[in-house]
Amino acid sequence: MARRLVVVGASLAGLRAVEGARAAGFTGPVTLVGAEPHPPYDRPPLSKEFLHGGAEPAPPLHRDPASYAAELDADLLLGEPATALDAARRTVRVGGADLPYDALVIATGVRPRALPGAGALAGVHTLRTLDDARAIRRALDDGARTVVVGAGFIGSEAAAAARRRGLPVTVVEALPTPLARAVGEPMGRLCGDLHAANGVELRCGAPVAAVEGRGRVERVRLADGTVLPADLVVVGVGSVPATDWLAGSGLELADGVVCDETLAAAPGVYAAGDVARWRNPLFGRRMRLEHWTGAAQQGDIAGRNAADPAAARPCPTVPYFWSDLYGTRVQFSGVPDADRVECFGDPGGGGFAALYCRDDRLTGALVFDRPALALRYRALIRQGAAFPDAVEYTASRLDPARAAVG
Amino acid sequence: MKVIVDRVRCEGHGLCEEAAPQMFQLDDEGELMVLQDAEPVPAEQIEAVADAARTCPVGALRVES
Ligand SMILES: Cc1cc2nc3c(=O)[nH]c(=O)nc-3n(C[C@H](O)[C@H](O)[C@H](O)COP(=O)(O)OP(=O)(O)OC[C@H]3O[C@@H](n4cnc5c(N)ncnc54)[C@H](O)[C@@H]3O)c2cc1C
Ligand code: SF4
Repeated sequence: MARRLVVVGASLAGLRAVEGARAAGFTGPVTLVGAEPHPPYDRPPLSKEFLHGGAEPAPPLHRDPASYAAELDADLLLGEPATALDAARRTVRVGGADLPYDALVIATGVRPRALPGAGALAGVHTLRTLDDARAIRRALDDGARTVVVGAGFIGSEAAAAARRRGLPVTVVEALPTPLARAVGEPMGRLCGDLHAANGVELRCGAPVAAVEGRGRVERVRLADGTVLPADLVVVGVGSVPATDWLAGSGLELADGVVCDETLAAAPGVYAAGDVARWRNPLFGRRMRLEHWTGAAQQGDIAGRNAADPAAARPCPTVPYFWSDLYGTRVQFSGVPDADRVECFGDPGGGGFAALYCRDDRLTGALVFDRPALALRYRALIRQGAAFPDAVEYTASRLDPARAAVG
Repeated sequence: MKVIVDRVRCEGHGLCEEAAPQMFQLDDEGELMVLQDAEPVPAEQIEAVADAARTCPVGALRVES
């Protein structure tokens, strides 16, 4: 009998898993299970173009819905979450029925953390799904005064979108530095400066005490007593892997589904995308990423490995993400743990690069508005390039930073 | 197979270059250069180009048979 593939999570990683399995010659039945009612769509535009003024854009679908059956010969099972996995019997529970599988890919991503105490007030939104983005769009259409809680990239992009419409927006961040986990402290500060440069107030070290209103949000009260009037609160305080449904499955869960180098979590079970904590052979340690490119790559490899476990290949990745902040293209490659950071160019415009050095190797690179450079650094990091080589490469393309940054 | 680059969509992420370095390259300005015939794509590049199209975050590469 033909082997069956079930993929849980109908978004980027799940879709790429289906495509990867088919590309690897998998001929058995394939089911893609998604909790959301929408066919797989792309998330990065949701905090960018999708929030701009004008008519609401069409949902950024990854593929024509008809092509799942026609081109991928896959069943899309939407609108119902998987609620349990029995790894011994090899079944996934969806809507009360048990779907049998021979190979499983888990691609359930992350869900946004809620702001404690914000309760069920209208006008308070996280930004993860198409429905979230639609609600935020509508509030911006109505001219909302916006408070963004959390100065991460997604919240920062939402702030930029509000600003672009000429609406008042304040960003509050509990930690002393924004984006420290993503790009390290000094460079986090530098990215945070983009807010002020574009007329948006960023308050760091400003935890939220309460979000208040009657039925609908009216104000945000900070721990220091400041009161910020608000019609819209965008909450971007991080996310947690969507693994609740895997409780009791026997899979190892530790801030994500724990996997080996080939993304295998158990015999016949693979994980991919934001939900996967896998051993990245390039860095010799486990990591979990929340980036588009990593999710796409892992999805593809997990799908191929699930199709042909005997030929399973590892998944070495140089982490990479991009963000668009007020018209600046921000790109980060590698990891931000560094002994020192060297800067080139001008963060205010015309191209900028920060090189992260650890043990005399290039481990990370932050680039503004020079996509070609970002790509070269990614390659250099993959090759384990010596730091001076990266510096030399950069020095012929950008001037040394005029002022010390950070 | 042919590959079409949507120049308006392309944002110069260059991930296509990683997937198919003999086919695509970003110049220093971030402009994407197509190094070989795009129509038809040379046989030995077909798989790499298909990978490139899947890896482009903005869907700027379209493959047609
Ligand atoms: C607003 C926004 C902007 C972003 N911008 C960028 C950017 O500029 N650059 C960048 O690199 N990355 C960006 N990202 C991150 C990128 O979109 C993610 O890394 C990517 O979507 C991860 O894909 P995934 O398939 O692993 O998970 P997700 O896209 O989170 O998909 C998981 C899917 O699984 C479903 N699911 C969850 N639980 C179950 C269940 N039990 N049963 C069935 N289905 C379930 C969910 O509903 C969801 O549809 C952004 C993310 C967001 C939200
Ligand atoms: S990956 Fe896409 S956006 Fe990036 S250079 Fe290639 S075509 Fe352009």
